[in-house]
Amino acid sequence: MHLIACPWCGPRDEVEYAYGGEGHIARPARPEALSDGAYADYLFMRRNPKGVHAERWVHAAGCRRWFNVLRDTVSHRILAVYKMGEPRPEAGP
Amino acid sequence: MQYSIFNLIREGINKHKGWPAAFRHPEPKERYDVIIIGGGGHGLATAYYLAKEHGIRNVAVVEKGWLGGGNTGRNTTVVRSNYLWDQSAFLYEKSLKLWEGLTQDLNYNLMFSQRGVLNLCHNLHDLRELHRRINAIRLNDIDSEYLTRDQVKAFVPILNMDPNIRYPILGGSLQRRGGNARHDAVAWGFARAADRLGVDILQNCEVMAILRDGAKVTGIETTRGTIRAPKIGAVVAGHASVVAGMAGIRLPIESHPLQALVSEPIKPILHTVIMSGAVHVYVSQSDKGELVMGAGIDTFNSYAQRGSLQVIEDQMAAVVELFPMFSRLRMMRQWAGIVDVCPDASPIVSKTPVEGFYVNCGWGTGGFKATPGSGWVFAHTIAQDRPHRLNEAFNIERFSTGELIDEHGAAAVAH
Repeated sequence: MHLIACPWCGPRDEVEYAYGGEGHIARPARPEALSDGAYADYLFMRRNPKGVHAERWVHAAGCRRWFNVLRDTVSHRILAVYKMGEPRPEAGP
Repeated sequence: MQYSIFNLIREGINKHKGWPAAFRHPEPKERYDVIIIGGGGHGLATAYYLAKEHGIRNVAVVEKGWLGGGNTGRNTTVVRSNYLWDQSAFLYEKSLKLWEGLTQDLNYNLMFSQRGVLNLCHNLHDLRELHRRINAIRLNDIDSEYLTRDQVKAFVPILNMDPNIRYPILGGSLQRRGGNARHDAVAWGFARAADRLGVDILQNCEVMAILRDGAKVTGIETTRGTIRAPKIGAVVAGHASVVAGMAGIRLPIESHPLQALVSEPIKPILHTVIMSGAVHVYVSQSDKGELVMGAGIDTFNSYAQRGSLQVIEDQMAAVVELFPMFSRLRMMRQWAGIVDVCPDASPIVSKTPVEGFYVNCGWGTGGFKATPGSGWVFAHTIAQDRPHRLNEAFNIERFSTGELIDEHGAAAVAH
């Protein structure tokens, strides 16, 4: 069970949130110019790291805003929470 | 030594002192013809069929922990083949056909019990979808039948048939050839049978790197030294992305915890497997008497083999809705396995752009039932360096070509 600190609402239980998968995947500016392989890479391929993962969450039962979380997929420790559009911070302690 | 009634009697007289170990614990050789990464059911089955069907016996199975310590020993042991799309139906049906003779084939009691799998429906859409699915399955010559509400009630009298509950039971689809098998026995049975054909099973042997010579694999670096082979098959479930990453391959897979739990053991009460997508749970009773229950994945990525409590709470609420009489049962154990989920909820059993490197992954929440079939087609793919007709659609290129096999409804529970 995760205790996630929403950037706007503060720490709340995981049940209030919905998960949005890997973060920082930018939609290609010109998708029609991509090859099938490059488009598949954007659409389907994922890093799925064992360790620190930059991912999106939405405070579905709260302010309903999206944000990014840096979380360890082995320890479930949350290393950083930051707003959409902000760059990925260095992995914390 | 063959397991038979005669040997059992003879060993009984000998006070059971003559039974040999089921399989060896050899030291790794320097070189093999094929290395299988992952000593779960699928990996061991692959090694067994490589030796048995293709005569490739110089095979190593490397396992970072112990046999069946991953998802093979963590699933809810349901076996069935009632899949919607042709590609899946043929593959899972091949697997079910293998299950039906597997105890004799392996000379190991898998306690395979074709007790039936009953999928419940709770609303009109469920009902229509169920009919569509039953018809599709029957067109593929696989058994599946519709049970009306009254037939469901007669088949499983302890189900809550009250029409005034939140999700009333309207009917169900039954695959009578489905059922359960003993999961640990599957790992041990395949291991013993493969070992007898000469396969080396190397436990406590974690892969650290995959060695390449240009576009070709040459071997692996492990915690027990370097092992070389021209062909390497990765069958590592939740760690698929990690191992494929060592070979420089990106996969469309995300790893999630899938939780299950068992109740205290009780006398026989539930003689079949019950699945429900709408209230979201599946239940069966093990031979020990425990109710074995599972549901959906935890939504977040994880490699931790544990999940969050609310997932279990939802699942228990569903069990109590279906079976009010289970409400006073105490739960004994809970655990999670790390499942490798594909975007189209179908597996990848495929060659890769790296020569000699093959992947078998993406089975997600439903890999156990496929164990023998998965091993059978993967052994063919590795031995012949081309997929079998049964798994050619499950290639890695489908994510570029768009020929996805969308089986999101296949688990009978949403995921």
